[in-house]
Amino acid sequence: MATESLPVAPNGEDAPVDLFEYQARDLLAAHGVPVLDARVATTPEEARVAAEKLSPSSGGVVVVKAQVKTGGRGKAGGVKLARSPQEAADRAGEILGMDIKGHTVHRVMIAQGAEIAEEYYFSVLVDRANRTYLAMASREGGMEIEQLAVERPEALARVPVDAMVGIDTVKAREIVAAARFPDDVADQVADVIVKLWNVFVAEDATLVEVNPLVKTEDGAVVALDAKVTLDDNATFRHPEHAELADRSAVDPIEQRAKERHLNYVKLGGSVGIIGNGAGLVMSTLDVVAYAGERYGGVKPANFLDIGGGASAEVMANGLDIVLSDPQVKSVFVNVFGGITACDAVANGIVQAFELLEKNGTPVTLPIVVRLDGNNADLGHEILDSFTATLPPGAIERVETMDDAARRAAELAAGQGQGA
Amino acid sequence: MAIWLTHQSRVLVQGMTGAEGRKHTQRMINAGTNIVGGVTPGKGGQTVEFNDRIEKPVFDSVADAVATSGADVSVIFVPAKGTKSAVVEAVDVGVPLVVVITEGVPVHDTASFFQYAQDTGTTRIIGPNCPGLISPGRSNVGIIPANITKHGPIGLVSKSGTLTYQLMYELRDIGFATNVGIGGDPIIGTTHIDCLAAYEEDPETKAVVVIGEIGGDAEERAAAFIKENVTKPVVGYVAGFTAPEGKTMGHAGAIVSGSAGTAAAKKEALEAAGVKVGRTPNETARLMREVMASL
Repeated sequence: MATESLPVAPNGEDAPVDLFEYQARDLLAAHGVPVLDARVATTPEEARVAAEKLSPSSGGVVVVKAQVKTGGRGKAGGVKLARSPQEAADRAGEILGMDIKGHTVHRVMIAQGAEIAEEYYFSVLVDRANRTYLAMASREGGMEIEQLAVERPEALARVPVDAMVGIDTVKAREIVAAARFPDDVADQVADVIVKLWNVFVAEDATLVEVNPLVKTEDGAVVALDAKVTLDDNATFRHPEHAELADRSAVDPIEQRAKERHLNYVKLGGSVGIIGNGAGLVMSTLDVVAYAGERYGGVKPANFLDIGGGASAEVMANGLDIVLSDPQVKSVFVNVFGGITACDAVANGIVQAFELLEKNGTPVTLPIVVRLDGNNADLGHEILDSFTATLPPGAIERVETMDDAARRAAELAAGQGQGA
Repeated sequence: MAIWLTHQSRVLVQGMTGAEGRKHTQRMINAGTNIVGGVTPGKGGQTVEFNDRIEKPVFDSVADAVATSGADVSVIFVPAKGTKSAVVEAVDVGVPLVVVITEGVPVHDTASFFQYAQDTGTTRIIGPNCPGLISPGRSNVGIIPANITKHGPIGLVSKSGTLTYQLMYELRDIGFATNVGIGGDPIIGTTHIDCLAAYEEDPETKAVVVIGEIGGDAEERAAAFIKENVTKPVVGYVAGFTAPEGKTMGHAGAIVSGSAGTAAAKKEALEAAGVKVGRTPNETARLMREVMASL
């Protein structure tokens, strides 16, 4: 629902949720997809116990896999074979705490070992360009699929899926035929594809990818690794999905912003950004980065969309969050007053200053404001008379977005104080 | 003419009795929109009173509303949970234009009602999660502020609401025939290309502003379409040059994965199609002024 008074509501809650491999595995298993037995461990001791429990079914061999939401963990040393529970504990000890492309490994999955005969690929996802779903399949799995798609596009079958029809057995067979899966696994693969489609629909996923889907030496088809992305817009249908969101990876300021229902993303620069509407805020980041080129590469510190309403409370929360980033040296408030006209937005800024003062966290960094749109003159008047009560330079009002970005970048670079 | 809306458009509001629906219906009435009534199941026969003692009837179903009022546009303000069935209901009755303002609609629901409308072939859907469309001075369907610009010769299409408003305001002295906010969700009913095709056909539209943002390849496809099919001058703007990979910036669709969907690639594609692309919204407005001056 379009939120109260917001031309474009802040929808910080609707970020897609990428699952860890072990979570995806559990989800697949719940829908009857054949997967290997596995357990999660956060310490070497837990890894040892997990390996002991798995051993009878895996002939003593287990795989210790880093649980990180990035590709290339095998190359990075995040996947190791272990031939005994002690080895599993040792390998887990090596992998836990490892950094893989900026992701710290907090968990490993101890999975039953498998004798792999062949590796395949299957995925189903939302196809934006064609506004429907797309199934992709290949009998050459295992490798990076982007690479396969570029180097040997003929080896990757792409089959559009009608949203009203979905993937039934007939459609699954069409996909199996298009990807030219070997005859001996065709029935099994078709069956797995239907089950993966069930995961996709029943769980409101935007992506279900199995790479590799394998044929084991004894002829069974098993999903060996899976990537699932869930649609956060659908959490009202899946309250249980809330538990799957990963809290550990979130930046502490992002976490606090989320608790206050603010759509904030930390970016690492020195110009704090507050704006309304996702598009305008993205644009503000760009304009600040361009302007910052003149001042030795000053960059935006964050993305923060407070929505069109820009009420005093939201503005105060926004300023509080942005100012809690120690790297921030100046703040650029860039608001277009549409449904909520500029006078209301200006009052919101004034009250936000007062609120923060009262809370003992007064605004001490220079704030550059660009406020345009409905009742712009009135909004400017309110802001200017408030500014007159503050120390010089506390709030600077600038007419255009480009000029305001330049000024904010200049202030963040420590130049032009009082200019 | 403008595209898709006229002064005569008969607009129905699904979810008119809710707080948002009521507030925005008032705003649409103020902007001159011909609101014929609302639909809220179970509240048929009631009326809602707006300012100046304007009363609008509430119907139980879209079918009832259309039979009584001849509505030819429906704008949807119902919560995300009920959006799919609301759209399907409007499509079943054959309402030609359905504008879905609701945000937070699960993408599976959108995929389904979009496909349903395609199969039926009678309905254009705009949105979901969009500000709607406006032909200034004639009709306003959705939540775009009506009083920041005036009627004129420019057509605009954008994924982003506030960037639309920014350009509408900066070019308010020239004015707009139509502004369409198509929304930034992964699946949307009306694309940049649909709007470009309509603007090309519309005699009143003399030049077009295309606003894009990171994610997907809609802008690249729009560029290819412009190259082949659009003779009118097009000015463009793309937001998100500094957005980091893998982060969602508000719009569910605005996420960059790998090399696909970058702002730089979109700008390049548009420029290769002869579109003048501004580095900032201010510069984009300047480019449009130059275009209008040269016509």
